[in-house]
Amino acid sequence: MPSMTEAAVRTGPMTNPMILADGIRKRFGANEVLKGVSLTLARGEVVAVIGPSGSGKSTFLRCLNHLETIDAGRIVIEGDTLADNDAGGHARYVADAEVRRICARMGMVFQHFNLFPHLTVLQNVIEAPITVKGMKREAILPKAEELLRKVGLFDKRDAYPSRLSGGQKQRVAIARALAMEPDIMLFDEPTSALDPELTGEVLRTMRQLADEHMTMLVVTHEMGFAREVASRVVFMDGGELIESRPAAEFFANPQHPRTRAFLDSML
Amino acid sequence: MDYILSILGPLAEGSLVTLQLFLITLLLAVPLGLGLALVRISRFRVASQAVNGYIWLMRGTPLMLQMLFIYYALPFVPGVGIRLPDFPAAIVAFALNYAAYFAEIFRAGIQSIDRGQYEGAKVLGFSYGQTMRRIVLPQVIKRILPPMSNETITLIKDTSLIYVLALNDLLRAARGIVQRDFTITPFIVAAGFYLIMTLVLTWLFQRLEKRHAVYD
Repeated sequence: MPSMTEAAVRTGPMTNPMILADGIRKRFGANEVLKGVSLTLARGEVVAVIGPSGSGKSTFLRCLNHLETIDAGRIVIEGDTLADNDAGGHARYVADAEVRRICARMGMVFQHFNLFPHLTVLQNVIEAPITVKGMKREAILPKAEELLRKVGLFDKRDAYPSRLSGGQKQRVAIARALAMEPDIMLFDEPTSALDPELTGEVLRTMRQLADEHMTMLVVTHEMGFAREVASRVVFMDGGELIESRPAAEFFANPQHPRTRAFLDSML
Repeated sequence: MDYILSILGPLAEGSLVTLQLFLITLLLAVPLGLGLALVRISRFRVASQAVNGYIWLMRGTPLMLQMLFIYYALPFVPGVGIRLPDFPAAIVAFALNYAAYFAEIFRAGIQSIDRGQYEGAKVLGFSYGQTMRRIVLPQVIKRILPPMSNETITLIKDTSLIYVLALNDLLRAARGIVQRDFTITPFIVAAGFYLIMTLVLTWLFQRLEKRHAVYD
């Protein structure tokens, strides 16, 4: 149970949202993939982004941590501006060092894991704290081992990624991201590359994270996860955010006809 | 047999010159090649194009011509006017030439690394330099070992070109004895020397490849 003050801090008007995205526009050549998407995430929220492929949901996620640059709009992470429109309506980013500092607060898990194949499981987890944060190996080791225990892969710590199943790889990727102690976790279709019988173990790890009140933005096709774990579900289609509602309401009573059509097609 | 033993001494001395040129060239050309590759793939258009031109020039003209140019012509180039002794001239020519080839090997290796590796590093806060040093290049080394093996074996044999600067490498030593004694035996013995050197190289590269195969 969070204390009263903690709850007040979480929801109070003085706190900045964890993520504030406003009017995000992005085009690839002639193809406008994001047509002014706005979304706000409060601390501890778990938001699932669903929608048909090509709806722009992955691109939106990748814009938030600068893997893609936006053409227009405003991104503010925990009160710090990452990008904002100039007078001409074009997005301008803050200085590179500042971009890196802000983006470091967001961990990310990819569809294809992107583990470092030349490093063992443990080395994958401790590499960034050592290289990026300049931590001593002995200082990060207890934390890394704790994280590997948490995702159930302590006994695989000396294995190379090529020896792991997809589900194991994805859990290492989650541990690797957590080792940098992010405030926000972004998940880009984390189970889409997995065999169905392996998605469960990854979703369980994510649910555990949600239970610990990690702020999470999850692009997913897993309706079960969206329904059971997400506090809010967002539906995107054709580069627009169509509907954003608490998970239970979203599935029980979708408002927009496009949302309904999509949910019908999923069943 | 006694004859073969008697010529081993001078041929071994020649081999020393060959090996010196080989090792110094490698020591200079590998880092230079890596630097050129990094500039070549960088965002700096002008620098990248300049490297492109350099590689074209170095691969497009004979190594022997480059060596002769540096030794004989460089002293007369206005504004340069450097006169290098024969061995340093050979080293400079070999290093500049091989750096161009190594640059292309490094470039191909770097560009073969999946974009996901850069993204994985970026979201963990790695700078470009850290990504290259800790994530990309260690994987590149493994992939470029086979072409590097090829190129170094070629280098061992290319060293024989320095006879045009009257340097007593292995082949020139052998030729000297052939002309003196009217027998082709020294050529055969020299071939044996080259084969041993390339055998050692092949063995070294195989060991390296095995060591880097642990994460396959």
